[in-house]
Amino acid sequence: MYDIKALYEATSVADAVSLLVAHPEAKIIAGGSDVLIQIREGRLAGCELVSIYKLDELRGVSLDADGTLRIGPLTSFSHITKDPLIRQIINVLGEAVDMVGGPQVRNIGTIGGNTCNGVTSADSASTLHAWDAVMEVTGPNGVRQLPIKEFYIWAGEVALQPGELLTAILIAKESYEGYVGHYIKYAMRNAMDIATTGCSVNVKLSADKKTIEDARIAYGVAGPVPMRAPSAEAAVKGLPVSQATVEAFGEAVLKDVNPRTSWRASKELRLQLAQELAKRALARSIQLAGGDI
Amino acid sequence: MQTQLVTCTINGKLTQTVVDTRASLTDMLRNDYRLTSVKKGCEVGECGACNVLIDGECFNSCIYLAVWAEGKTIRTLEDLLGPNGELSDIQQAFIDEAAVQCGFCTPGVIMTAVEILGMGRRFTRDELRKLLSGHLCRCTGYENIVNAVEKTMNKRLDG
Repeated sequence: MYDIKALYEATSVADAVSLLVAHPEAKIIAGGSDVLIQIREGRLAGCELVSIYKLDELRGVSLDADGTLRIGPLTSFSHITKDPLIRQIINVLGEAVDMVGGPQVRNIGTIGGNTCNGVTSADSASTLHAWDAVMEVTGPNGVRQLPIKEFYIWAGEVALQPGELLTAILIAKESYEGYVGHYIKYAMRNAMDIATTGCSVNVKLSADKKTIEDARIAYGVAGPVPMRAPSAEAAVKGLPVSQATVEAFGEAVLKDVNPRTSWRASKELRLQLAQELAKRALARSIQLAGGDI
Repeated sequence: MQTQLVTCTINGKLTQTVVDTRASLTDMLRNDYRLTSVKKGCEVGECGACNVLIDGECFNSCIYLAVWAEGKTIRTLEDLLGPNGELSDIQQAFIDEAAVQCGFCTPGVIMTAVEILGMGRRFTRDELRKLLSGHLCRCTGYENIVNAVEKTMNKRLDG
């Protein structure tokens, strides 16, 4: 039995918004794999919950008319991995969320929950940052969109205003067309573990596969929130595909990342990981894009 | 106390019960339906002892609210028993391979095995390890568990 003061089951997005307005103290529960555990631990004990778990309209992946990839925030990790559109357009996201927890957790955990809890180590977050995801939020004043970078405010804090919930994660056509990426999760165990550092890289190569037209990189656990490494991205843009370019990329990330020492790992280890994972993920991305180093 | 009527199919039978909205699915299956193969282990979704199939997918029922079971089809280990009390092939394989020690994790592991075997595909040993990775066995009999699932998979696929 969970210590829950009251549970309000939403029947539609509009209903969820009015429940959240009527119960300003209530927390949103999606899959529950974070919220229920925080209730058990006591941190959220006695809370009111607005459950959105039954809102099937927020599940699944589709393409908008303009080619934007629309990911329903309640889509479970395992369904993201299996989805044909994800595999075709942003396979790395499916691979990244396939490293969350274990199989049962991936069946209940949702990609929306993974971002809305504002945790830096979330396996989906670095890839969504690296692909310029846009968060679509619905609230009492209607629908608004904001870049994922602005969605994350601080550790555990996102830009959801009272009464608002995440209703889609969008990736515009210009953000995915021609890009291929790779995610590396560094953790102590192969399953049921949280990333010590996670690194997601993607590249767009020239037609002859000899030049890097664009490279994007984002980290989990390199700072209080998931973050891009703009210096590294700028450092390799337009450079030839080569080992020297890969080395320069790894060097440049140090200008951007700012990890801390925690009980999981020291700052020094995380700095080394930031360089090493950047280089490996870039090399692998180039390979996947058809380039030869 | 807030309560709710929950109608769902459990082990092939359409059933109804009134649950406390604070209850987990583990609570409902154990207390209301006496399905005690569903174990209370860590109760935070890490050990897999409470694992059941919901609409064909594995879930840790400890971190699943009972009220969410409305309209769902749930299977627990009890559903594997034959009409005359016979064991299923995967249960027999666990015995044959000595994949059971204290037995506390076994029902949960077997329900994951049911999902794996239901996919009808041949997995490598590494893939099986990943598919079974949501279960902790404190007796650490993992090798024999993988053996039992692998042998049953090969037997089913090779006829």
